[in-house]
Amino acid sequence: MAASVLFDEPGPVTRRRHQLYGVVLAVLLIAVLWWVYLKLKAGGELEPEVFEDLSQENVWRAIGEGVVATLKAAAISIVLAVGLGFLLATGRLSEHAPVRIPCRWVIEFFRAVPVLLMMIFFFGFLAQNFDFETETNALVAVVAGLTLYNGAVLAEVFRAGVNAVPRGQVEAAYAIGLRKGQVLRIVQTPQAVRYMLPAIISQCVVTLKDTALGFIITYGELLRQGKSIAEFVHNNLITFLLIAVIYIAMNSALSLLASWLERRMSVRGHSARDAVLQVEEVLPVG
Amino acid sequence: MDAIRDNWSEVLTAFGVTIEMSVLAAIIALVVGFLLAALRVSPIPVGRAIGTAYVQLVRNTPLLLIMLIVAFGLPELDLRPELNLNSWFGLETRHALLSFDVFFIFATIALGLYTASFVCEAVRSGINSIPLGQAEAARSVGMTFGQTLLQVVLPQAYRAVIPPLTSTMIAMTKNSSVAAGVGVTEATFAMRKLTNDHADQIVSIFIGFAIGYMVLVALISAAGNFLERRAAVS
Repeated sequence: MAASVLFDEPGPVTRRRHQLYGVVLAVLLIAVLWWVYLKLKAGGELEPEVFEDLSQENVWRAIGEGVVATLKAAAISIVLAVGLGFLLATGRLSEHAPVRIPCRWVIEFFRAVPVLLMMIFFFGFLAQNFDFETETNALVAVVAGLTLYNGAVLAEVFRAGVNAVPRGQVEAAYAIGLRKGQVLRIVQTPQAVRYMLPAIISQCVVTLKDTALGFIITYGELLRQGKSIAEFVHNNLITFLLIAVIYIAMNSALSLLASWLERRMSVRGHSARDAVLQVEEVLPVG
Repeated sequence: MDAIRDNWSEVLTAFGVTIEMSVLAAIIALVVGFLLAALRVSPIPVGRAIGTAYVQLVRNTPLLLIMLIVAFGLPELDLRPELNLNSWFGLETRHALLSFDVFFIFATIALGLYTASFVCEAVRSGINSIPLGQAEAARSVGMTFGQTLLQVVLPQAYRAVIPPLTSTMIAMTKNSSVAAGVGVTEATFAMRKLTNDHADQIVSIFIGFAIGYMVLVALISAAGNFLERRAAVS
C-alpha cells in the first residue's frame, strides 16, 4: 500500500523499524491516557455514581431538549444564510457599481466580525428595543449572528461557484439571446449550486458548532443544557465530554454527507470536481 | 462613540489581550499542527491513525466546549498554570497585559489545540499539492522520509500553504473572542462590559469593536499577501 508518495513500499527491515516506531507511539499514547485515567480516578471523577446520575431519564430529556434547540437554531440560520448569501452574491456580481460596492462592504464587514460579538450585540440591542421573552430574544440573537456571518461567507462561495461555471456556457447563453438576468438564473445558478453543495454542507458543520456560542447569551442549546446537567450531577468534566461526543456524532454525520456528495459529483467528470475544489477554496478555515 | 473614547485605555488593553492570545495560540497551533501533519503523512500506520483521530475529534467539537473541557480537565491533572511578569518589569500594580491568569492560559491552550487541527489540514493539502515527481526524485537519490519531507516537499509546500494558513490565522483571531465565555478580559468581553454600562450607545460601541477586529483581520491578510508575494515564483 503506497499511502503517500513520500516513501517507498517498505522492505522487511524498514517495515520492522516502522513497526517499532508504531509500538513506541502506541505505548506513549496509552501511557498518557493511563496517567489521565489514574488522575481522574484519584480525583473522584470516575465514581460509579457519576455515571448512574448521568443515565437518569431527566438528564437524557435535557440533552434531547438541547439537541432540538441546537438543531433548530442551526437549521433556521442556514436556511436564512443561504437566502442572504444568494442576495448578496447577486448584488456583488452586479455590473452596477452602486449595487456592487455596498454589497462588497457588507460581505467584508460580516466576514471579519466575530460571530460572538454580533450575538452579544443583538442580544443587548433586542432586549432594549423589543419586548421578547428572554428565550426568544436569545434565539433571535443567535440566528441573527449566524445568518449574517454565514450569509456573507456563502455569498463568496456562491460567487466562486458562478465564476467556476465554464465561460463557454455563458457565451452560448448570450449567443442564443438570453438577457443578463436570464443567464444568471437559467444557466449559471443551476450549475453553480451543484458545485456549491459540498461547501454549503461544510458550512452547516460550522454553523452547528457555532450555535454553541448561544451558551454565552443564555440560549438553551446543547452546551447550556450540559452546564445545567453538570451542576445537577456535580461533575463538569465527564458531562462536557459526553456533550462533546454528541457534537462529534452530529458533525461527523454531516461531514460524511458532504464527502458522499463530493464523491457523487466527481463521478460526473473532472471539471465538476475541480469546480467544487475551486469553490471550497473561498471557505474560511476554522 | 463617547463610551469608547472615555474608556479608550481599557479598549486598547482588551485588544492587546486579544492580540497576545492570538500570537501565543498561533505558536501552539503551528507547532502542533505541523507535527500532526507529519504524523498524518508518515509511513507509520499508528501515527497516521493518531493524527486522523485528533483532527476528526477536535474539528467537530465547538471551540467553547473545548475551552470548557480544558478549563475543567487540566486542574484535574494538577495543572494550574499561571504566569506573572509584573515583577520582572518592577511594576507594583498588576498590568493586564503582563499577568497571564489561569483563564487566559487555559483559553489560549484550547484555542491553539483547536486551530492545530485546521493547520494540520492546510499543511497536508499543501503537501499533497506538490507534484509526485518531486518526492519520487528525492527518493530515487536515496533520501529518507524525513529528508524528503524537510528538504524537498515542505519548502515547496510552504508556497501552497500560505493562503489557507492565512485564513486559518484570521479565523483563529476571530475565534479568540470565544474566550470571553470563559472569563478572559479580551475585546469581546470588554464590549459586553461597555454595552452593559452604556446601554444607550450599544450600536456605536458594537461598530467600534467591529472596526477593531476588522483592522486585525486586515493586518493578518496583509501579512499573508506579503509572504505570498515573496514566496511566489517569478
